[in-house]
Amino acid sequence: MMGMLGDIYSVFWLDLRVLRRHWMSLIATSLVLPLLYLVAFGYGLGRGMAVDGFPYLSFVIPGIVALTAFSISFNGAASKLQVDKMYYKSFDELLMSPVSSYAIIIGKALIGMVRGAISAVAIYAVGLILAPSMLISPLFFLILLLSCFVFALFGVLIAFIVSSHHGMSNFSTLVILPMTFLCGTFFSLNQLPAVAKGVLYFLPLTHSTELLRSILLDLPFPWLSFAGLLIFGVVFFIGCKVALRRSSV
Amino acid sequence: MIDCIYTENLCKEYGSVKAINNLNLSVRKGEIFGFLGPNGAGKTTTIRVLTTLTRPTSGRVSVGGYDVVTEPAKVKKEIGVVQQHLSLDRDLTALENMEFHARIQHLSSSERKKRIAELLEYIELADCANQLIDALSGGMKKKVAIACSLLHAPKLLFLDEPTVGLDAQTRRRLWDFVRRLNKDGTTIFLTTHYIEEAEVLCDRVGIMHHGQLIAVDTPTGLREKVGSTVVEILTDNKETHYQFFANREAANDYVKGLSSEAKTVIIRESNLEDVFIEQTGEKVGDQ
Ligand SMILES: Nc1ncnc2c1ncn2[C@@H]1O[C@H](COP(=O)(O)OP(=O)(O)OP(=O)(O)O)[C@@H](O)[C@H]1O
Ligand SMILES: [Mg+2]
Repeated sequence: MMGMLGDIYSVFWLDLRVLRRHWMSLIATSLVLPLLYLVAFGYGLGRGMAVDGFPYLSFVIPGIVALTAFSISFNGAASKLQVDKMYYKSFDELLMSPVSSYAIIIGKALIGMVRGAISAVAIYAVGLILAPSMLISPLFFLILLLSCFVFALFGVLIAFIVSSHHGMSNFSTLVILPMTFLCGTFFSLNQLPAVAKGVLYFLPLTHSTELLRSILLDLPFPWLSFAGLLIFGVVFFIGCKVALRRSSV
Repeated sequence: MIDCIYTENLCKEYGSVKAINNLNLSVRKGEIFGFLGPNGAGKTTTIRVLTTLTRPTSGRVSVGGYDVVTEPAKVKKEIGVVQQHLSLDRDLTALENMEFHARIQHLSSSERKKRIAELLEYIELADCANQLIDALSGGMKKKVAIACSLLHAPKLLFLDEPTVGLDAQTRRRLWDFVRRLNKDGTTIFLTTHYIEEAEVLCDRVGIMHHGQLIAVDTPTGLREKVGSTVVEILTDNKETHYQFFANREAANDYVKGLSSEAKTVIIRESNLEDVFIEQTGEKVGDQ
């Protein structure tokens, strides 16, 4: 067990070094898009509107926090891993080392989780200034970390599967971009017909958005989404394990 | 003697390409084994299979006494690998790359410090240790990769064209170093396009062609098999023909019997390159 933790840290150590070298620019650039969303949707479009009984700004900020957690965790884990695998070939070194595949998967996901969490907390802090009605709760941080970890695992999985630059950009356009706009970040799923709502429950970001919004707006805890997020985590993890085994062709 | 590397009817297919075609190979513990073969012969693929990176299509493979397919974790503990293509993390410095390797090879923090200092000294890069990989020259990068593979003092070292791009001094120093490692008990498996390298360094040499091993022997044994004396004849239309003979007398007799149309005739000792051309019909290093 200690060996396993040591291995996870060894894998994480490398990415942490890179983060340490570039942390300012990585964090700053990760905040641009969420802040634009906040201005365009929170202030521009949604001013004076109310959704589910909340001022739109209070409604949309938790959504943007979840969205930030999602996109930064996913990309934070996927992009470096993809470069390691396809261009540097340094991922081979890890595969030939005694580090177990479990440690590789978790270690590679951790950097995504950390980057996603930092950016999401920064947006949350901005949100607290703009919409002071939101809660500060330890549960928020727990669920945020869990969400970031699940999304980072998703990033690891996709980096394992996709083996070209072209494939990755297709995936971003066809899967990541639609999730940005469909998973309840900017509108309430209650406004949708039941069928559409049901479909959106098959996207992991939907659950994270639901969870974080409920916590920050002091709504009842959505156990269904909690279970959903856990299930996605398990599915991504198993997927990573299978993809890693099949990568040795 | 125990077989350190052993393959039985090993095959690796990529679609219709048979990268490895029924390879039966055995490398003994403690030897320096050289792998020669033209481009695309399957040398790198073989190393990838032996180092657990690539799964064989069929056949049995064991490395260090462990089955590569069923016990990869045990194999990984025994081996060090320098890949043909640079596989360093270019977002990190030379020192960080070495530290990363030391960590994933489970060296304790005091061992890490000691080994990294030793190897930096050896590759004469202590001054550049804190530079990013991209700031180093091609040969320096190669040296860092070699140092990374040696940190955990592996029992079995794979070197895929280790001296490509190294200057003459560095190459010779690396040969000495490989010999020293070997003397200390490390088994070495290397591929090369430099015939001289195989000749001076290797206890035994295998020649691979189209995924098959077509000859294995000591460098001397291989030469004797094709003939230890060779006659090179330059014909009128600027083509060179080679004739092999068991000894100089036989070669001399042959030359005496030649008609006068042969412009230039050279009689010399055969070398591994002759063996290679004779066996594969190609010249090594012809890219
Ligand atoms: N991942 C792959 N997918 C498809 N074909 C491959 C793959 N890797 C190798 N091959 C094919 O397998 C054959 C052997 O390649 P390999 O790299 O083992 O040759 P090599 O002996 O190392 O050559 P070189 O001297 O040029 O390094 C080649 O025909 C190559 O095209
Ligand atoms: Mg090769």
